[in-house]
Amino acid sequence: MTIPKDQLIKELKDIVKPYIQNQEAYDNLSENTDFINDLKINSANLVDVILDIEDKYEIDIDNDSMESMINVKNSLEVILSKIKAV
Amino acid sequence: MTSTEIINKLPYVYPFLYVDEILSVDNDAIVGTYRYPNDLPFYQGHFKNNPVTPGVILTETMAQIGLVSLGIYITRDQDLAHNDINNEIEIAMTNATIDYFLPVLPTEEVTVKAYKVYFRFNKLKCKVEMYNKRNQLVSRGHISGMIKL
Repeated sequence: MTIPKDQLIKELKDIVKPYIQNQEAYDNLSENTDFINDLKINSANLVDVILDIEDKYEIDIDNDSMESMINVKNSLEVILSKIKAV
Repeated sequence: MTSTEIINKLPYVYPFLYVDEILSVDNDAIVGTYRYPNDLPFYQGHFKNNPVTPGVILTETMAQIGLVSLGIYITRDQDLAHNDINNEIEIAMTNATIDYFLPVLPTEEVTVKAYKVYFRFNKLKCKVEMYNKRNQLVSRGHISGMIKL
């Protein structure tokens, strides 16, 4: 299974929506958007984002991967590599 | 880990410690009790001439037993790994969604039962219920927090 990057970014945007605190950064979300610094998602809600990603793509995210998922780009990489591994 | 060991690790004291005893605990659930003594300071103001335990205090009690005490138990091995039993626990409540059904008056004892929903990446989420002495449901909901040793 492969998902086009554009679609993946759109899906990720829907996942983070309930947890963001900066609407402007959210509206301009791109691959370079940082979850913490740009979207102002707090650490507890970042866990929710990771768990929602696990549910959505039926993947398991370990501690190391989780720590890298602080921005859109890294999250896409993790999601794509985990989907591929299934 | 005994009830006393867990309570000794709680970072609260009177008038903000709301745990008397942990009756049972494992990695997935906890049961604890607290009796609200009638000299707790907030009864002077909530309400005027009519002391009733505030909902925020019920939530706090549910959090201290259902989230923090359970969190202390779940992370007990990390504690041993650090080889320092005096490690202070770092906690922050990050979400509470609670419904309240019955008032709790001064001197009433409540029992809190909590069930782990998940503990991932230092975040503990629990389903928590509070019962009075007549075993009536006082309040229930979900509480989450970040827990680190």
